[in-house]
Amino acid sequence: MSVTVIKPGMLSSFQDRGREGYQHQGIPAAGAMDERAHRLANALAGNDGDPATLEITLAGPTLRFDAPACFALAGADLGATLNGKDIPLLRPLVARAGDVLAFGARPAVGVRVYLAVHGGFALTPVMGSETTYLRSGFGGFQGRALAKGDVIPLRRPLAQDRDLAALQQALWNVRVYLPATLGNKPRDAIRFLPGVHWPEFSQASRQAFSESEFRISPQSDRMGYRLIGPALSMNQPRQMLSEAACFGTVQVPSGGEAIILMADRQTTGGYPKIAQIATVDLPALAQYAPGHALRFQRIELDEAQRLDGERERAFVQLHEALAPLRALLA
Amino acid sequence: MPLNVNPVPPSPAETRWRILPQGDRCLIVSFGDQIDAAVGRTCLAAARKLRDARLPGVTDVVPSFVAVAVHYRPGGHGEGPTYAALSEQIQALLAAGIPTGDAGGREVDIPVCYGGEHGPDLEDVARAAHLPPDAVIRLHSEPRSMVFMLGFAPGHAYLGVHDEKLNIPRRPSPRTAVPPGAVAIANRQTVIYPNRLPGGWNIIGATPLVMFDPAREPAALLQPGDTVRFVPITPDEFDRIRGGRP
Repeated sequence: MSVTVIKPGMLSSFQDRGREGYQHQGIPAAGAMDERAHRLANALAGNDGDPATLEITLAGPTLRFDAPACFALAGADLGATLNGKDIPLLRPLVARAGDVLAFGARPAVGVRVYLAVHGGFALTPVMGSETTYLRSGFGGFQGRALAKGDVIPLRRPLAQDRDLAALQQALWNVRVYLPATLGNKPRDAIRFLPGVHWPEFSQASRQAFSESEFRISPQSDRMGYRLIGPALSMNQPRQMLSEAACFGTVQVPSGGEAIILMADRQTTGGYPKIAQIATVDLPALAQYAPGHALRFQRIELDEAQRLDGERERAFVQLHEALAPLRALLA
Repeated sequence: MPLNVNPVPPSPAETRWRILPQGDRCLIVSFGDQIDAAVGRTCLAAARKLRDARLPGVTDVVPSFVAVAVHYRPGGHGEGPTYAALSEQIQALLAAGIPTGDAGGREVDIPVCYGGEHGPDLEDVARAAHLPPDAVIRLHSEPRSMVFMLGFAPGHAYLGVHDEKLNIPRRPSPRTAVPPGAVAIANRQTVIYPNRLPGGWNIIGATPLVMFDPAREPAALLQPGDTVRFVPITPDEFDRIRGGRP
């Protein structure tokens, strides 16, 4: 009734939409870097709620299903195989007891792929969330990334007497129309809103941020992406008081090198904030590897909120369209 | 016992704030730009009022020394809250009055072993403040302090606002690892390190209490708005309270 970790991969940790309601205690929300892909994986595994999925980074793990399960993958193409055979993203799939899920059969396209199993992994919620906060070591599976030999129980494995061949065929016949707003087609520019200190940055810095090319530094992780590019500065540098920070806040320490705060950001930060990435483009950013070149494009707040809402509506549509899938697994 | 916070809460009429967006899922209500006990209390009271209002879509209300952040996300059907609608609601709530008289916190005693191996920077602080170490301890422990915010790390509390004489800058170079429980001051504030963390504040003592435990409810020992009394203890008492914990 579990999944056994044969090889842990580079960084595999359980994530959900994040730990909400505890930031005033200094507790970071964390959560999936690519929330869109995390939710897609859950939807395509026939899940109703939002159980944690396994966030898999670049070099994926090797996992053995010890019980039959329905699962789905969404996000980066990290060359997933089941018993050595290529398997697609964004499809509900069946694993039999003993089947081995592995990665790396093809060169990676993107950085993070999410593994959802039907019914979810049996994790103990901490402060209302199954998300792992790696830095402080709580949540998810024992507060850490997967390690060799871990056995992760499944909350609701498929019935032992289930006709898996018939289920697989039935799942294969389920049509999945992915609304365009849920896709992750490459973007020319990552959209942003001016940050709270935008007007205090020099004209040259504002122009550089809007028009220049930046590159994601190798010193980037779930906490933040450092950007290599033109140095940014304020007209009159001043000491900032520590204030709330968000997923996608772009802050600029005195060295002038911008940092985009990502999922594992601290709840507060004391550096000037030049920009805020539009929520709708955070998933695209989460799939950029170190070295990736990118540009930023300013949009207006109402446009950002319209795009954000549109994506939420697309998830509702997808959920409704997948009712037959959930019926098959019920 | 003298309170270290402004005894006369500002009336709502004198209170001014600015609401501004921080991206598409957060807004900031800003009450000032200088650390000040009265402003801090207003932030705590405003945060409490906004939290109690349970506004639809709002996920987190996070006070800091001079501002309150309100995190929100669109509903399941993509409907708001939009920034325009939410900021209007918040404006109306705050305009109706911010009850600054009661930050809603508890009174918490924090035992602190000052100086020695637990407070390696006490002597430096005393020198910088032109005071004997005992006087620094008195200035720190006799007046009550208030928890204005938590941030930087889970359960990491910022307290203040201390006597002007304790307006000491941070250390020129931060330590790479400060032990859990360290009580450190700078700029008329105290922080208490919940875990082993890097830090540049002046460590004047340590508490044997566990400041953060994710298995506890609430996980953070101190909450924004709590009033704290630092109670000086001896190294022996420190060891006794800490018991067998490392």
